[in-house]
Amino acid sequence: MYQLIVFLPLLGAIIGGAISVWGAARRFPGGEPAAGAEDHAADAGPHISAHGDESGVVHETHHEDESHEPAAEGSRAAELVTSGFLIVAAVLSWVAFIGFWFGGAEPERVPVMNWFTSGNLGVDWALHIDTLTVVMLVVVNTVSALVHVYSIGYMAHDPYRPRFFAYLSMFTFAMLALVTSDNLVQLFFGWEGVGLASYLLIGFWYTRPSANAAAIKAFVVNRVGDFGFALGIFAIFLLFKSVDYETIFANASAVAGTKMHFLSWNVDALTVTCLLLFMGAMGKSAQFLLHTWLPDAMEGPTPVSALIHAATMVTAGVFMVARLSPLFDLAPGALAFVTFIGATTAFFAATVGLVQNDIKRVVAYSTCSQLGYMFVALGIGAYPVAIFHLFTHAFFKALLFLGSGSVIHAVGGEQDMRKMGGLRTRIPVTYWMMVIGTLALTGFPLTAGYFSKDAIIEAAFHGTNAAAGYAWALVVFAALLTSFYSWRLIFMTFHGEPRASKEVMDHVHESPPVMLVPLYVLAAGALLAGLVFTGTFIGGGNGAFWREALIAGEHAPILEAMEQSPWWVTYLPTVMMAIGAAVAVWFYLVDTRVPRELAERNDWLYRFLLNKWYFDELYDFIFVRGANLLGRFLWKQGDGWTIDGWGPDGVSAWVLDITQRVVRLQSGYLYHYAFAMLIGVAALVTWLMFAG
Amino acid sequence: MIGLSHYLTVAAILFTIGIFGIFINRKNVIVILMSIELILLAVNINLVAFSAFLGDLVGQVFALFVLTVAAAEASIGLAILVVFYRNRGSIAVEDINVMRG
Amino acid sequence: MILSAIFFYIFSAVAIGSAVMVVGARNPVHSVLFLILAFFNAAGLFVLLGAEFLAMILVVVYVGAVAVLFLFVVMMLDVDFVELRQGVLAYLPVGALVGVVLLAELLIVLSGWVFAPHLAATVVVPIPGVGGVSNTAALGAVLYTRYVFYFEGAGIILLVAMIGAIVLTLRHKVGVKRQSISEQNARDPATAVEVRKVESGVGLT
Repeated sequence: MYQLIVFLPLLGAIIGGAISVWGAARRFPGGEPAAGAEDHAADAGPHISAHGDESGVVHETHHEDESHEPAAEGSRAAELVTSGFLIVAAVLSWVAFIGFWFGGAEPERVPVMNWFTSGNLGVDWALHIDTLTVVMLVVVNTVSALVHVYSIGYMAHDPYRPRFFAYLSMFTFAMLALVTSDNLVQLFFGWEGVGLASYLLIGFWYTRPSANAAAIKAFVVNRVGDFGFALGIFAIFLLFKSVDYETIFANASAVAGTKMHFLSWNVDALTVTCLLLFMGAMGKSAQFLLHTWLPDAMEGPTPVSALIHAATMVTAGVFMVARLSPLFDLAPGALAFVTFIGATTAFFAATVGLVQNDIKRVVAYSTCSQLGYMFVALGIGAYPVAIFHLFTHAFFKALLFLGSGSVIHAVGGEQDMRKMGGLRTRIPVTYWMMVIGTLALTGFPLTAGYFSKDAIIEAAFHGTNAAAGYAWALVVFAALLTSFYSWRLIFMTFHGEPRASKEVMDHVHESPPVMLVPLYVLAAGALLAGLVFTGTFIGGGNGAFWREALIAGEHAPILEAMEQSPWWVTYLPTVMMAIGAAVAVWFYLVDTRVPRELAERNDWLYRFLLNKWYFDELYDFIFVRGANLLGRFLWKQGDGWTIDGWGPDGVSAWVLDITQRVVRLQSGYLYHYAFAMLIGVAALVTWLMFAG
Repeated sequence: MIGLSHYLTVAAILFTIGIFGIFINRKNVIVILMSIELILLAVNINLVAFSAFLGDLVGQVFALFVLTVAAAEASIGLAILVVFYRNRGSIAVEDINVMRG
Repeated sequence: MILSAIFFYIFSAVAIGSAVMVVGARNPVHSVLFLILAFFNAAGLFVLLGAEFLAMILVVVYVGAVAVLFLFVVMMLDVDFVELRQGVLAYLPVGALVGVVLLAELLIVLSGWVFAPHLAATVVVPIPGVGGVSNTAALGAVLYTRYVFYFEGAGIILLVAMIGAIVLTLRHKVGVKRQSISEQNARDPATAVEVRKVESGVGLT
């Protein structure tokens, strides 16, 4: 069964890929697409307003959803096959999960094949199934299946659907390989695989330069994190002589106090290793400093954003830290750093999300912020809480993204919220789905987010590591900001007077059922997941639920401490949510001039937030320019002048030069030749005389 | 009084003049052929001088053969020159540059 | 003795002078004539050395055949009086320098050597003394016996040269009547004689 769960998406990806390649060969028999044909495909995608919007200029962005190109052949087959496989995989994942939920199933290791053995390093491909794995399987497969179904409707006019569905399935497979991994190398394979799929999907509309740039940016920033991650894996091998989870966890406490020589310092080995591993998580989960790729990743189609950049890929970092919790738990320094970064991210992303005008970007920064929450929980030591938030967040964030996609679909491709408004009465289903998602996100009582997010805030209060107090203050404040920007999104998009043109408003229509049904499913999850699963995940029985998968139960004392919180700590997040909602109501329903006045009076602060704390400019200045200069220097001077000039070009120019001079000797005049002969004879005689 | 070296000096001078004449002239090819004859003459003088001062007749025999070959070579050279003139119409050395590479 | 020295210097000076004129004369006919003069003086030098046969052969073959041949060709080809062109002056210094260098080296070599002590014993064909056979007879005694193969070889060279010269320059002119013996011998009555009926009183017209 587990093999089916993991490999059905792969099969779907291969079939989709084959259909796409075959269709492309049929459509362009000569191999080259007709010039200009691709541009129409690019126009089909919704227009993304330029990042930054520094001057606040409103862009003319209306582009038709329809493409002028015919759909690729086999599109129907591709989408149905891949979606079908994913639905089967999702159902099987729930079956597996229920097995663990009711306590019947045992953790197991399902070997698939022997990958390689090199010296002391033996790496097998095996499926490591325990509680954490099945939780992630449920999350990944459910959201992926729903996104596949949703995309049938959302991408209905795209001419390259087989490729899209193939990529989606390939991504799902890579993510599944990641979560079912039995050793760090297999994890890394999945890690890189999702990075690749992210690149391909962000740049799906590859004729758009902004999409290409965003895809490259995502991959490169991920790479920076992966560099640290790889170093961490090497360190693990150095310390444990193996990359298998079993071996590592068994020997973790033995290695705990050892020192290691790293960059000329003697440092605690496990701390350094965990810090390096966390660097990978920072890149993949878009934490502070390596976050710059996530907002630009919104260049991809909305289903991609929902699947990859909300529910699954970005949670890979959280999963990795949770999976390696036995290691991290023995490295308090690393945990403090994790907490610090998580809290800073939560705060930073929330502040930026306050002023963004692109609907998808608001949700993207919200994701970034919530990931920060998860890392705070991990750092504090409340690992089950983090995974629980991951679980619930997947539902309501995917709901919000898919709902946004529905809105964008309704207004014909517009993404700038300043051009929306008054949509509540025309697309009520989408409206209520978004409201449900927002309620869950902000932590309205009894929704899923209420249980998971507030648990994190409570845990931060009880945390004992160095950054705990800092973290608690920031996450509390971020809760207020979260509530504010989430309601801001709802009010700007759905309430008030319509700010779009009349013809746009006339075309506003509800999405087709194939797009609405996934929203219903996710909404159900967003509302009910908390009520149903809190006790199991983080309540009294969580030790029995998680068993060896995580540091949980009696090994995580913080969960006990949370039971004894003061009453004001427990209700503080709800109060924050209420304040944030009230301010949003005031700003966007009651008196809509206030935001503009506030922005004008605090212009520098507004710009600072709008431009994402100028991180892109900073990185451009520090890294990009330097890299460009170095590259240009090496290209022109190194390759051009040195190697070409002294190598092939130099040699050929030399040869030509010399031969041209020698050719002048062949004048054709007899007396020149005789003269040359004479000189030769004289030289010979001289030499013979004096050297004889 | 007049020793071997005198004769050899004369021969050397004639030899040098002959070589000089090969490449210094621009006027016509016949002068080149004549310079070659001068060179051969110088060689002959050398041979005969040595023969006389060593008392060995072989030098003169050899000089005889040199004479023979020089005559043959001069005739062939002139024949070639005639044919060349017929084809090109000029024997000015400067105009002979067909071998230009 | 002194007379021979005087004649030696006279002959040498004239030979060298005429050699220079061969190269430097403007008129090519003058060049040939100076060449002839050079040959004559060289022949004189040979006589001084006691090789009178060679001296006479020099005159007969070189002057009488080769130089005359040169003269024929010079006069046959329509050679202009070409003025000494400017360009030769450019080569003159360099050429003169190289020539002088070569000459100097030759002279250094000449002045520096000595005969090997045992050379007298290695004489191949001793020259007969004053009272013995003449130079001609001595040469003849050796040429047709010991060196007969070289003699024959020289003859073949001359034959090849003659054939070569003819082959190179022969042109069959159109309109020149010549005999073809084989054709003449191959005639038979069928081609040679034609029988015509002649009317009496009318004749053949």
